[in-house]
Amino acid sequence: MEQSVVIQEGYARLKKTRALFIGGLLAALLILLGVAVTLGSADFTVAESYLAILAGLFPGTFTAPEMAEIIVWDYRLHRVLFAVCAGFGLAVAGSVMQGILRNPLASPFTLGVASAATTGASIAIVLGAGVVGGEYLVIGNAFLFALLAALAIYGMARYRGIGSETMVLAGIAIMYLFSAVTSLLQYVGSAEQLRAVVFWTFGSVDKSTWPKLAIVSLVLACTIPYLLYRAWDLNALAEGDEVAAGLGVPVERSMVVFMMIASLITAVIICFTGTIGFIGLVAPHITRMAIGGDFRTLLPASGLVGALLLLGADSIARSVLAPQVLPVGIVTAFLGVPFFIYLFMHRRNA
Amino acid sequence: MPRLSVEDLSFAYRDRQVLHAITFSVDAGEVLGLVGPNGCGKTTLIRCIDGMLSPGGGRVMLDGREIRTMHRREVAQAMAYVPQSAGNRTAATVFETVLMGRRPYLNWSVNRTDEEKVVAALDALDLGDLALRKVGELSGGERQRVMIARALVQETGAILLDEPTSNLDVCHQMGVMEVLRGLAEEKGLSIVIALHDLNLAATYCHRLMVMKAGAVYGYGAPDEVLTEEMLRTVYGIEAVVKRDLPAPYMVPIRPGSPRGGV
Repeated sequence: MEQSVVIQEGYARLKKTRALFIGGLLAALLILLGVAVTLGSADFTVAESYLAILAGLFPGTFTAPEMAEIIVWDYRLHRVLFAVCAGFGLAVAGSVMQGILRNPLASPFTLGVASAATTGASIAIVLGAGVVGGEYLVIGNAFLFALLAALAIYGMARYRGIGSETMVLAGIAIMYLFSAVTSLLQYVGSAEQLRAVVFWTFGSVDKSTWPKLAIVSLVLACTIPYLLYRAWDLNALAEGDEVAAGLGVPVERSMVVFMMIASLITAVIICFTGTIGFIGLVAPHITRMAIGGDFRTLLPASGLVGALLLLGADSIARSVLAPQVLPVGIVTAFLGVPFFIYLFMHRRNA
Repeated sequence: MPRLSVEDLSFAYRDRQVLHAITFSVDAGEVLGLVGPNGCGKTTLIRCIDGMLSPGGGRVMLDGREIRTMHRREVAQAMAYVPQSAGNRTAATVFETVLMGRRPYLNWSVNRTDEEKVVAALDALDLGDLALRKVGELSGGERQRVMIARALVQETGAILLDEPTSNLDVCHQMGVMEVLRGLAEEKGLSIVIALHDLNLAATYCHRLMVMKAGAVYGYGAPDEVLTEEMLRTVYGIEAVVKRDLPAPYMVPIRPGSPRGGV
């Protein structure tokens, strides 16, 4: 066969593998969603859980026990969907950060965004101070501080000419600074406040509500299509600033826009969940190992991997010590780290 | 009219003047070698030509248009740039890495024509067998050919390369330079290459431009430029330039050694 045909067929196969991978993830996520909705201490069957969902969607056509409908719609469904959105968003943000900074360790955590959010939350919890009051005191502070950290990194990098190494270094410096502020607040806080801060850092989707889910999905719906639209620019930036510039990408402006979008996604999620680590770091790695680094497929696929990881971890967190619910951040680390190390070692051996 | 001309170009990093009134031009089908000691401004000059750095004075004209007035995407459609040690980071396949060269023309999806252009470029650089391998698994010489293939699918009239032969053995250095010279002559490309190896530059470039401390010291055919006087003044070394070979060839002499026998 002519070599050109072999090459093009090889590339077509690669594209097919990627499509299959995404399709498989989507199917797995749908199945897990179905299972996750049925998990919980209230005692009704899987069929009743599904009927409850359908009854809520098509009132009149389907009927379910009233209790099941209330529990599924008021307690479970938004939590499950929130875990999917949060996992998806954190993984996409991680992919973008790792790509443009060309650093496998880049994530909302290593760049100080999560650490800043914790400081914001701690100020609200310990000092009761914040930009917005009431119910949104902690959330508002976490969100603002996360964005503040992103702006600070950008400012520091900009001062000396923006570059990926500068951004990572600035991020690490920011992380230490905010960690110190959080420690200071914990030091001066009461035992009760300390407990609240520590619990916040565990991360969980316990506090999800339909309005919070709506906010997160809206941000994802506005940002992810844009990131996908600019997937080629992300591909070029992942190869280096000079390569990207040579291929016509406005490097500095793009870096800022991508960093800000990734930070916004992270901020809007972790302000509601607390610091759920690991997803943003690992989901992109797992996906790249499986299907390579083309952002056109990396973004949706790593988002789905993140959603699966977080939903899976949350399902385990809810069932392993039921009716007690473990913070999901602990489960993601316990399950995800060995899995990730296994994948990494396996790949190295291969 | 030359395809690429640089007129009176100067550049400063804050208060440190790096380039002083550089003027030269490159015709279609010509390979111009930029040579000079480390830190003489070769890389800065290449970045200024490609519009990545904004020169403080002077202008760069490409096909009659001033680079400064062009959109980055337009520049990328007219001039390709292969940076130093490009491709070291990529985890993508050779095919996808070269495909990225189509970025200035792509919106999102890749059509059949783009794929065919990639195949043709791979073929031109004898990379067909490696198309589906990861770039990270290739040797330095192969990787450098991948980067040139990527520049080729950008379908530009000019290509700038920053030390494409560093870290390569002599065989691969010659392989890369053969490819570039061949491309210039067959496709009428204008190629500017920053090089350290003076003998390699003299062998493969139509003209050489010698830079010293950010200014042009000499500019012309290798025979005219590569002289013992130039080596003494620009590099501070004693050397003999042999002229009985197809291209001038310089042999450095250790300080204090007798010149005889060279």
